[in-house]
Amino acid sequence: MAKKESTLNNMFFTLLIISLISTALLSFVYIKTKSPIEKVTELKKNLAIKKVIPEFNNSPINECIKLPIKQLKGNDSITLDTLKIYLGKLNDSITGYAIETFSNEGFSGKIKLMVGFLPDGIIKTIEVIEQNETPGLGDKIYKTKSKFSLQFEGKNPQNFKIFVKKDGGDVDAITAATITSRAFCDAVRRAYDGFNYAKKLSNSN
Amino acid sequence: MNQIKNFTKGFLKENPIFVLVLGMCPALGTSSSALNGLGMGLATTFVLVMSNIVISIIARWIPNKVRIPSYIVVIATFVSIVDLLMKAYTNTPGPNGEPSLYDQLGIFIPLIVVNCIVLARAEAFASKNDIISSAIDGLGIGLGFTMALFLLGSIRELLGNMSILNHKFIKDDGILLFVLAPGAFITLGFLIAIMRKITAKIYKNK
Amino acid sequence: MEYIIIIISAVLVNNIVLAKFLGICPFMGVSNKLDTSIGMGIAVIFVMILSTTVTFILHKYVLSPLNLEFLKTISFILVIAALVQTVEIILKKTSPSLYQALGIFLPLITTNCTILGVALLTIQKNYNIAEAVVFSASNGLGFTLALIIFSSIREQIELSDVPETMKGIPIAFVTAGLLAMAFMGFANIVK
Repeated sequence: MAKKESTLNNMFFTLLIISLISTALLSFVYIKTKSPIEKVTELKKNLAIKKVIPEFNNSPINECIKLPIKQLKGNDSITLDTLKIYLGKLNDSITGYAIETFSNEGFSGKIKLMVGFLPDGIIKTIEVIEQNETPGLGDKIYKTKSKFSLQFEGKNPQNFKIFVKKDGGDVDAITAATITSRAFCDAVRRAYDGFNYAKKLSNSN
Repeated sequence: MNQIKNFTKGFLKENPIFVLVLGMCPALGTSSSALNGLGMGLATTFVLVMSNIVISIIARWIPNKVRIPSYIVVIATFVSIVDLLMKAYTNTPGPNGEPSLYDQLGIFIPLIVVNCIVLARAEAFASKNDIISSAIDGLGIGLGFTMALFLLGSIRELLGNMSILNHKFIKDDGILLFVLAPGAFITLGFLIAIMRKITAKIYKNK
Repeated sequence: MEYIIIIISAVLVNNIVLAKFLGICPFMGVSNKLDTSIGMGIAVIFVMILSTTVTFILHKYVLSPLNLEFLKTISFILVIAALVQTVEIILKKTSPSLYQALGIFLPLITTNCTILGVALLTIQKNYNIAEAVVFSASNGLGFTLALIIFSSIREQIELSDVPETMKGIPIAFVTAGLLAMAFMGFANIVK
């Protein structure tokens, strides 16, 4: 089969047509998968929320308080990320606060946790949503891999210092994964700030 | 063209990982468990088959000097499609809260677009052959790739995590090295050597 | 201070080849001679900084605001292919000798997972433009460093007595594994 000549016009138009058809095809698939993707993302979130707070019969995703976390960089403050506080209610009274928190101090980047607080400020349990830590070391923050995250359960941040023991706190770090442990604590402390913020808001209602 | 030979060459004689030494990046990066390797291999196979088909159809109309960018656009489209499909349908977390397959494969899904195998097959085979042969070539090579990844993943998972297909059969950790980067390199190195010996024996007797 | 952490992290701790598994094809293919390694490394650093900057701007000011994230892969790889082609043309005109030396490596860089990989990683990490440039330069450096060390070792291996089945690729991989293990020792430098 004879190939087409490589004139500038031919080359340009070929690439243009291919790109246009590809973009059209891709947009089609995007539109078709938009709804399933949204559904599964919401499902993942709901699963995480259910795991960390007591029973609820509202829709916590629709009762979410957002708290942007800012950081000073030179003369501006930039928004690092947003804390999302989901309220779980049983017949209109709050049973728990599920807080989607984060830390940028992970060994290999961002760690995202879902921390569940009872209304009195006690941590119910913590689920890992996202992490890229070293397998076998940092990934021990998962409940299935080690007891590390269990030590936070039932504790009240007011008298349980959420820093690793090396830094003067009460948390037993994962052996050989101090950085990951510190990042975990960073995220939990941030969640506690979010809890206090949300508690104040809901008390004033 | 003998389509049976066309299909089976991807498994041993022209296995991309063990013989052609292409597609190493995802081989090392996603083979920490058998299922991850399987998922990655199948996603790549999808892209291989689809892009081989499309490229074998349009190759004759593409001016020579833009053929590589054109092929890349086609491949990138199918990679993006696979990414969207996986984000929608293989994104549910495991029963114990393990990350979904989509999250585990992470950045390696969009990286299929620079997987040397796909472009190499497009250039070396699909652009010069008919649709059926190209499709079968893509399928064979893709499945051969998948098999290699599954094998590599199984070994690393067994030795490193003491588990088979994500089910741990001993409570303790395995030899951690195999789940980490160095283990991937070393296991692959030895695996290539072993496969070479086996392939040499098989073809010596033919 | 932030920048130093980015640099050390990208070059040593999370080395793009030895920890993140990107760029293995050129890593294995080019690393048997020291001078080709250096040439490849320089080309990669240059293309990496350029492409990360351009894709970063593309993402921040076009894709993200317009909700066109799903076009990320396609647009990034097109940008990279176009950039590499442009660099090749410019190089051919301005420095024919350098062009000859790099030879086939330039077009190969397009399919180098490191370029696209670093562009995608930069977006994931939420950097600003200055950090993005530093990050991409450091990754290029990390790649070059791994490449140079590896090719020096490989030149030595050529002179050693390797078992027949292990010759070539297999022993190269095992060596890379040992090198990766060595780099793991850098794990706790940061902080």
